[in-house]
Amino acid sequence: MQAEEKFTDATWPAAPEKATLEGKNKYLGFWLFLGGETVLFASLFATYLALKDKVPNADHALAKDIFELPLTFITTVILLTSSLTSVYAMYHMKNNDFKKMQAWLLITVLLGAAFLGLEVYEFNHYVHEFHHTFTSSAFGSAFYTLVGFHGGHVAFGLVWIISLMVRNAKRGLNLYNAPKFYIASLYWHFIDVVWVFIFTVVYLMGMVG
Amino acid sequence: MANNQSNSANPNVDLKYRRKKNAEEMKHQVVTFTMMIFFTLIAFLAVAYDGFSHWFIRPFILLLAVVQVAFQLYYFMHMKHKGHNTIALFLFSGLAVGLATVLVFMTIVWL
Repeated sequence: MQAEEKFTDATWPAAPEKATLEGKNKYLGFWLFLGGETVLFASLFATYLALKDKVPNADHALAKDIFELPLTFITTVILLTSSLTSVYAMYHMKNNDFKKMQAWLLITVLLGAAFLGLEVYEFNHYVHEFHHTFTSSAFGSAFYTLVGFHGGHVAFGLVWIISLMVRNAKRGLNLYNAPKFYIASLYWHFIDVVWVFIFTVVYLMGMVG
Repeated sequence: MANNQSNSANPNVDLKYRRKKNAEEMKHQVVTFTMMIFFTLIAFLAVAYDGFSHWFIRPFILLLAVVQVAFQLYYFMHMKHKGHNTIALFLFSGLAVGLATVLVFMTIVWL
């Protein structure tokens, strides 16, 4: 099968992301990378849990003082929804419908950007209302490293997906770029996987005390 | 990895079948998503409600998170499909190392 070959709906493979050897290798390689990412985030979680509420004196705000349920809930729902919209994008990719795939990817990107915007607002709020900064306490350092690293992953994902959309806008779908789109969507799901633990371990458990 | 295209002599019949299968899978994905939102809601409500002791809430919301992540991995990221053994090996090895780190930092590291 030629990677750049033009396909009709009937000849388009059922699993275009794994129809070429290059696609298969990318798929496996990317999952190995995710195994490494799991270790990376787990060690950041470990650091956060060890340093949670470790502040130099009683003037510093603790986790239960700064986190708020409504904002966390909104960001969680936004990121969770963006995970579903990228599933829709891959559904249309498998049906060889390039335009619909691009449209759903655009929605995914917009939701991701909304999430990032809220996170910037949240960090800004902590810094100005509670003087909770990266250098104010060990708690602050661990918090901003963990949540900020996740935010950095979201930002990278946005750049990645937008680049793919722009680069392939006039090209359409083929077996060369289908695995690229598919892997970007896997990465997006992984960001959501990490967020599920962040909202549970950092925010919800932080509020429980 | 279900790469079984054009098994019949008539590709159009095959296409119809594949479209139907894709649509069915998409329906399952939407159900998965609804359940994930539902679990998220329960976790937030459990924290918002004052009546529970944190000895109950902590393991409860952690369990909800694990279930949600399993949905995400096996449905959204397709790990339930065939041919994901190597992938699972690497992911779960990563998870084992990671969880050991968390355990160590929470028990024998003190500050």
